[in-house]
Amino acid sequence: MQRRHFLQAGSALGASGLLAACASVNSGQGPHVVVIGAGYAGATAAKYIRMWSNYGIQVTLVEPNTAFVSCPISNLVIGGSKTLADITTPYDKLVQRHGVQLVQDRVIGIDADRRQVRLAGGRTLAYDRLVVSPGVDFMWETLPGMAREGAKDQVLHAWKAGAQTVALRKQLEAMPDGGVFAMSIPMAPYRCPPGPYERACQVADYFSQFKPRSKVIVLDANDDVTSKGPLFKKAWRERYAGMVEYRPRHNVIDVDARTRTLKFDFNDDLNADVLNVIPAMRAGDVALHAGLATANQRWCEVDFLTFESKVLQNVHVLGDAVLSAPLMPKSGHMANQHGKTCAAAVVALLTGQEVNAEPVYNNICYSFVSANEVVHVASVHRYDAAQKTMLTVPGSGGVSAQANALEGVYAMGWARNIWADTLA
Amino acid sequence: MTIRSTGAVAVLLMAAQLACAQTPSSLQVRSWAAACANCHGTQGVAQAPMQPLAGLPKEVIAQRMQDFKSGKVPSATVMHQLAKGYSDEQIAAMAAYFAAQKRAGDR
Repeated sequence: MQRRHFLQAGSALGASGLLAACASVNSGQGPHVVVIGAGYAGATAAKYIRMWSNYGIQVTLVEPNTAFVSCPISNLVIGGSKTLADITTPYDKLVQRHGVQLVQDRVIGIDADRRQVRLAGGRTLAYDRLVVSPGVDFMWETLPGMAREGAKDQVLHAWKAGAQTVALRKQLEAMPDGGVFAMSIPMAPYRCPPGPYERACQVADYFSQFKPRSKVIVLDANDDVTSKGPLFKKAWRERYAGMVEYRPRHNVIDVDARTRTLKFDFNDDLNADVLNVIPAMRAGDVALHAGLATANQRWCEVDFLTFESKVLQNVHVLGDAVLSAPLMPKSGHMANQHGKTCAAAVVALLTGQEVNAEPVYNNICYSFVSANEVVHVASVHRYDAAQKTMLTVPGSGGVSAQANALEGVYAMGWARNIWADTLA
Repeated sequence: MTIRSTGAVAVLLMAAQLACAQTPSSLQVRSWAAACANCHGTQGVAQAPMQPLAGLPKEVIAQRMQDFKSGKVPSATVMHQLAKGYSDEQIAAMAAYFAAQKRAGDR
């Protein structure tokens, strides 16, 4: 879009567009925002940009998948108490209720100078502002053996909910009683800090009911459990006594998928009946290729008032792909908060209003230590103008006193509400 | 664009903003309140078992938050930890925002 065209579109929104928009009338005019990725951050941003511009800003959401599959709660599919259908939500309400233009395609290039994105299907989309919400991709180069043919089908990550979640469940079902499930965890930061430990609980919950002679071995590259440590260790010690073995400072440097062997930098090789390798991760490919991942070529640096990239103008980056602020987890809940903070800023910037100078939001991560008992970690984050980043509010936040079933009910309530806030 | 027509656009823009009753500070409160939607639903219209906030009296919401903050709610699971992250002024503003939202049945 040319600058002149953009100004015309902007003033159309500012003058007549906003008046019409008070009655929620979609004028078909106005600035155009393209959102890449319909996960917790991108879908939320798309919905809230539409809502908060009173449907005056056009939003095109580009997503290759046909439906939203939630990473939170996906460990319960692996544990066997939920199905993939339980964690899948269609995108239709974003389209029908909010007038988001959904394009099922993949972005293959961003041209920030021309303000265009190119799609694999051949189309080019022009934007006034671009929201990049690509999630994570894996650093397969750190595990040379995974490049061998078939390795990625045999050794699963199941760290993007979907086909791999179901496939890992099937591997566990096919494993004989007395077998060993071994899961490796990369150095932080990675998506969903408590997720691997929750998964260890879910697999142990399944084994304790159906394959009680089996073992769960957790191989963690970190010095200790990175989230809710005492609560997870208590579950392993008391609930799954003798079944879960936790080994810190075990950094996987290669995988032999044929023999199901993990190789470490300092420790002996380890064989298992089912391997689950969670590789090191970075910002999704589309962000990396656009030059947005300036922090160690892994994460994207943003202005936390707007989530605008520090390197590309008019381009915002959200969710797990962002170089996190201190104590800010890469979680679905946090990604949704990024989406709303960015949506408010994008609407303000495109309609000549002031950007909120004091963002405040929270994070909650629930982890199921069994099919129905849960532990949480909660935090409140506010913008610090002096340090220009989000910091946790002193005295706020905390964890559950102990695993409990009441929070199991709230965790599912959280899931239903955040799925609706993101997608409906 | 002439100066006069720029002025006309600015007046219209201002009129549009007034018509929508959105001052910058109300936008800020809206953003703060939106952070509650993950559990309490978009604009406070929640699905069970979470507490809906839309249309509740602002005094009720604010008092409940203050009780969470001071530890007076024995059944609290996370709210006592979250309430401590918000100032009294933020709590009052967010309570007024939710009180002004339509309940699920009124939509």
